Amino acid sequence: MGLEHALGDSFVTTKLDLAINWCRKNSLWPMPMGISCCAIEMMSFAGPRFDAARFGSEVFRFSPRQSDVMIVAGTTTFKMAKVVRKIYDQMPDPKWVIAMGACTSSGGMYRTYSVVQGIDQFLPVDVYVAGCPPRPDNLLNALITLQQKVQRGESKGSFPAYIGEKKLNEPHDLPSISG
Amino acid sequence: MNAKIIEALKSRFGEQAAQTSEFRGELTVIIPKERIVEVCRFLKEDPGLRFDFLADLSGLDMFTPVNRFAVVYNLYSLANKHRIRLKVFTEEDEPKLPTMTGVWSTANWHERETFDMFGIVFEGHPDMRRVYLPDEFEHHPLRKDFPLMGIPGSLPLPKKS
Amino acid sequence: MEQRPEEVARKTRILQALENQHTSVTFEDALENDMILNMGPQHPATHGVLRLLIRLDGETVVGCVPEVGYLHRGYEKLAESCTYHEFIPHTDRLDYLSPLNNNTAYALAVEKLLGIEAPPRAQYLRVMISELARISSHLMFLGSLAMDVGALTVWMWAFREREKQYDLFENIAGARFTTSYTRIGGLAQDVSAETLAMVKKFVDELPGHLLECENLLNTNRIFLERTDGIGVVTPDQAVDLGFTGPGLRACGIGHDLRKANPYLVYNDLDFSVPVYTGGDALARYYVRMDEMRESVKLIHQVLQKMPGGDVHAFKPKKVLPRKERVYTKMEELIHDFMIVNFGVEPPVGEIYSAVEAPKGELGFYIYSNGEGYPWRLKIRSPSFVNLQTLPVMMKGCMISDVVAIIGSLDPVMGEADK
Repeated sequence: MGLEHALGDSFVTTKLDLAINWCRKNSLWPMPMGISCCAIEMMSFAGPRFDAARFGSEVFRFSPRQSDVMIVAGTTTFKMAKVVRKIYDQMPDPKWVIAMGACTSSGGMYRTYSVVQGIDQFLPVDVYVAGCPPRPDNLLNALITLQQKVQRGESKGSFPAYIGEKKLNEPHDLPSISG
Repeated sequence: MNAKIIEALKSRFGEQAAQTSEFRGELTVIIPKERIVEVCRFLKEDPGLRFDFLADLSGLDMFTPVNRFAVVYNLYSLANKHRIRLKVFTEEDEPKLPTMTGVWSTANWHERETFDMFGIVFEGHPDMRRVYLPDEFEHHPLRKDFPLMGIPGSLPLPKKS
Repeated sequence: MEQRPEEVARKTRILQALENQHTSVTFEDALENDMILNMGPQHPATHGVLRLLIRLDGETVVGCVPEVGYLHRGYEKLAESCTYHEFIPHTDRLDYLSPLNNNTAYALAVEKLLGIEAPPRAQYLRVMISELARISSHLMFLGSLAMDVGALTVWMWAFREREKQYDLFENIAGARFTTSYTRIGGLAQDVSAETLAMVKKFVDELPGHLLECENLLNTNRIFLERTDGIGVVTPDQAVDLGFTGPGLRACGIGHDLRKANPYLVYNDLDFSVPVYTGGDALARYYVRMDEMRESVKLIHQVLQKMPGGDVHAFKPKKVLPRKERVYTKMEELIHDFMIVNFGVEPPVGEIYSAVEAPKGELGFYIYSNGEGYPWRLKIRSPSFVNLQTLPVMMKGCMISDVVAIIGSLDPVMGEADK
């Protein structure tokens, strides 16, 4: 990703790319944005039974500056959306987002005045996980799907972005930090 | 126990000051707005009644042209293990009630929540601002004329770039 | 929103400068200023999305303003559009650490409004699931308090026990933790004998595991120094602020709704209510550990005394009929249709019904105007009221004690924000 942009089009970086993506996928450090009930299943996902550490997510870094993937777990309200966006903007590239649960995918069972109907209204999401709450096995499946995506070198939110097969040559708009 | 409370209230505040009703063993007393603080203080400090615990304070939108909003106080006595409910009605335009934070400090956040959801202002409250929704929100959601799905654009959302 | 004059006068110069976006503020006396620290909604130790604005003088907390509402999902407005049965899954997500308890509390409230009672087997089963939910919530408290003060092992052990409980809940209700198990007039389905054997095995082994965790914590000097004398609340302050649950019992006031106003079959069962004086974080920890042991005792008694019989009350127009009768008998089909579409129609009136949830007094105030939808449903959530005691508890302590205090208070934001 960033490698091609740094070295330009004239370098063939396939094998190096594969190697770097392999390293990235096997050490995805999540930043748990645990907001409500899905956070408890996310804790179980990190707990002793469905161990996420064996997939490379060794530590749950609560600091956005030190993490790769943000797992948004729980209903996002309008008041909280600003905070989530701010934290997302603080994460360094390359970064991915897992939208865990029904509430983050589409608003869930809350069609009310204060709930954002899906976090993809303000965040680029890579993997959606269904469930209310999703079982930790389901979240592990999401992590593995994300790992496959990382191996292919795709990321919705990083800079520069791949859309399908076409690579963008110009950078997309930088996300605003002063949100 | 309910009869004892009604007796004490009537003897202290007179016959017209309180209308009572009972449903499923629970007593509800409707108090006029001007006397609510003295009634509550009496209920808290009287040695026979001792209602020292405010369990709940909630607003109620009756959606009637007269006396639209009500505030319901659910009291509990730790010594006598008994509950009672007080109800106060107020008008629709500029609903105002005196605050209960002088009698029970727990009423602080409950009154903020009632202000947030219904728009009922409690006079004398130390910190009358919203508790659940952002301060810039202009509506009061639990009123019956506010739609469940909200008003689009009433709450800001960060941009997806 | 424009500021009221008294608010502007109360704001410090730092806050005013922040709002006017000035980047430099000068002070005459260099040591005069306090610092305002924002422990934001996203923080590893604030048990969910709680925001604290703490005014610090060096490392000592001078004052604190908690801000809630980051998880306000509009439950009470939602309840006005749902029938009484449709609201049951929403009650799971209130205190999401003990969903079965919330289901029971709500079912009891609606049954009080309707004037019906569940059969004895359903009541014993409800006691059993409420106590299992209490153990689940207190195990989470144990894990997070220990993790917050630095003992990560205890968190892993507590989660191991919770995973065993999730297996139990899956057997009982079908889901790991958002169970929606109770219905108005009874329960969704009966439990089998092998599930009861699993429950017995779990509660037989639990005291041993609790002892393992306590061996790590109770005489540990670091844990004691971080919780002893921290976050003290006096009994008068506690009652005045509406503090309920283990926090109130740690102040010396032995108020427990299961003993004071018994509901379900608690007056037939023999248990005691642990009370500690001291009012600090350590006392709250002891109260919860003892409560887990009392819950184990209660479950043993329930398993012995459980009667046979049906788990649904026989009130045709108010209680959902069983599915096999709906598919074969005409009257049950009609009742099912009416109840699902129009709701159980309670009489006009209002009730307030409270139970002893793991966090405190969980109350439902329902005002019904005769329709199948509640006119007003107010949830008196214990965490919302308990959070009011935070400014009182935090006065004068160090910034590093804030984490221990929040951990010992054990708020759940899903319930506090509704």
